[in-house]
Amino acid sequence: MAKNSMEVKDLDFYYGDFHALHNISLKMPANKVTSFIGPSGCGKSTFLRTLNRMNDLIEGTRVDGAVLIDGKNIYGEGIDIVDLRKRVGMVFQHPNPFPKSIYDNVAYGPRAHGLKDKEKLDQIVEESLKSAALWDEVKDKLDSSAMGISGGQKQRLCIARALAVNPEILLMDEPTSALDPIATAKIEDLIEDLKKDYTIVIVTHSMQQAARISDYTAFFYMGDLIEHGATEKIFEKPENQKTEDYITGRFG
Amino acid sequence: MKRRSKFSKIKEKMVEKFFLLNGLLVVFILVGIFYLLLNESLPTFKEVSIVEFFTSTTWNPTGYHKVSYGIVSLIFSTIMVTVGSLIFAVPLGIACAAYLSEIAPAKAREILKPTIEILAGIPSVVIGFLGIVLIGPMIAKIFNLPNGLNAINGSVLLGIMALPTIISISEDAINAVPDDYKKASLALGATEWQTLVKVTIPAALSGIIAAVMLGMGRAIGETMAVLMATGNAPAFPKSIFSAVRTLTATIGIELGEVAYNTTHYYSLFAVGLVLFVMTFLINIVSDWVLNKYEEAE
Repeated sequence: MAKNSMEVKDLDFYYGDFHALHNISLKMPANKVTSFIGPSGCGKSTFLRTLNRMNDLIEGTRVDGAVLIDGKNIYGEGIDIVDLRKRVGMVFQHPNPFPKSIYDNVAYGPRAHGLKDKEKLDQIVEESLKSAALWDEVKDKLDSSAMGISGGQKQRLCIARALAVNPEILLMDEPTSALDPIATAKIEDLIEDLKKDYTIVIVTHSMQQAARISDYTAFFYMGDLIEHGATEKIFEKPENQKTEDYITGRFG
Repeated sequence: MKRRSKFSKIKEKMVEKFFLLNGLLVVFILVGIFYLLLNESLPTFKEVSIVEFFTSTTWNPTGYHKVSYGIVSLIFSTIMVTVGSLIFAVPLGIACAAYLSEIAPAKAREILKPTIEILAGIPSVVIGFLGIVLIGPMIAKIFNLPNGLNAINGSVLLGIMALPTIISISEDAINAVPDDYKKASLALGATEWQTLVKVTIPAALSGIIAAVMLGMGRAIGETMAVLMATGNAPAFPKSIFSAVRTLTATIGIELGEVAYNTTHYYSLFAVGLVLFVMTFLINIVSDWVLNKYEEAE
């Protein structure tokens, strides 16, 4: 199996008694963008959070099945959750930089993992901000508060922050839903660039966005994975009637 | 119908006025207290110079040879006991607040929160009693002193009394930190502990500072517990193990026995005025910090 690929096998997910995801199996190939689409409440974000075990933070949740990264089950025994989240970065729906300086935001992850060398930190901060296409805009104000930049810049800062811990896989939960079209376009370009180095999984509420940026698309409905495959195929020749209804805008 | 609507309009106005009156009453009481203190304390300075009052370390209004009205020792004792109480109560209070809002399981919280509220309701005379029979002897034993009625005893008691304020307001501040920050931190592979210390507490810092200020206001104005537990020697304290007498204790001890309308009597009001100004300043500063905090949100 290729490095940095993810595979989900027979995954069931429960919020208490509520069976939120039904028997989902899906492969997310390395260095590709896989997008999850579907109407609100279909389970796509819940599914995304099972991939770095963020659902563990919610009390009363339960997972059955396996999520394999490079063949290893992240729900198996002996998995260090801190190490897992280092390998699987996450960008959230609302840009959520810490109320600290831009520099400290990006340096937060490496510092949390024990890096103290100032030169190395400087280098990581610069590289991460460059990778997130933000360096040129903020290089002169690294010490000013991250709360003072625009929404789009904040989201790219969050991406830089996630990249700074050198993950293999990047999960994005509707990263552009709170942004204007120009900021959205920048993030989409960025995702295009990032897939060279990272495996990207993105949840999006916009079918156009999925069509524009992803190589593979998975359609979720009511906790079921209805259909998945190459993006072109899903959008041009969907096999399932529900998928077709959704992408043609008959519901959703 | 029309008459009734007119009537309800009047009623509406009356209710409005009633609440306005209540609000004004509080302001009136505050101004009244300030006026009373000022009015009763001013005659002090007919006989005692202001300079002496604020610079002399000797408080001895009933001296046989020479009376002296210097409050420096009293102010210093008050500050010493208060700061001591904060050194003890702040780390404990913040840790407790962090535990309550971030770590404690629901069950533990259900038991702890009411317990802390009960702690706030214990009369200060009971706390003072504890100082005499429990903490005093403990301090005497540990530090090998003749008795445990001293500044550090007062600090411990005031710390206990300031704890509920510090805990509950800090907890509110920590609770108000958006979940987004914590999620972002955890998603970066930070541990819960790192998230708490590096993200959550710094984000709640101004609220925590306000909590500390309010706790300090509580400690500085407390009378009975310090009166009972600090030994009440109105001399300039030499160490944290010296017996001290705070501003509040001085008023508490002397006002009951002083002859009316003497300089001694007036000077106790002046001491009260100083205390009033001190707590007033602390309240203003904590208010300012809180406002800043809300603006930043």
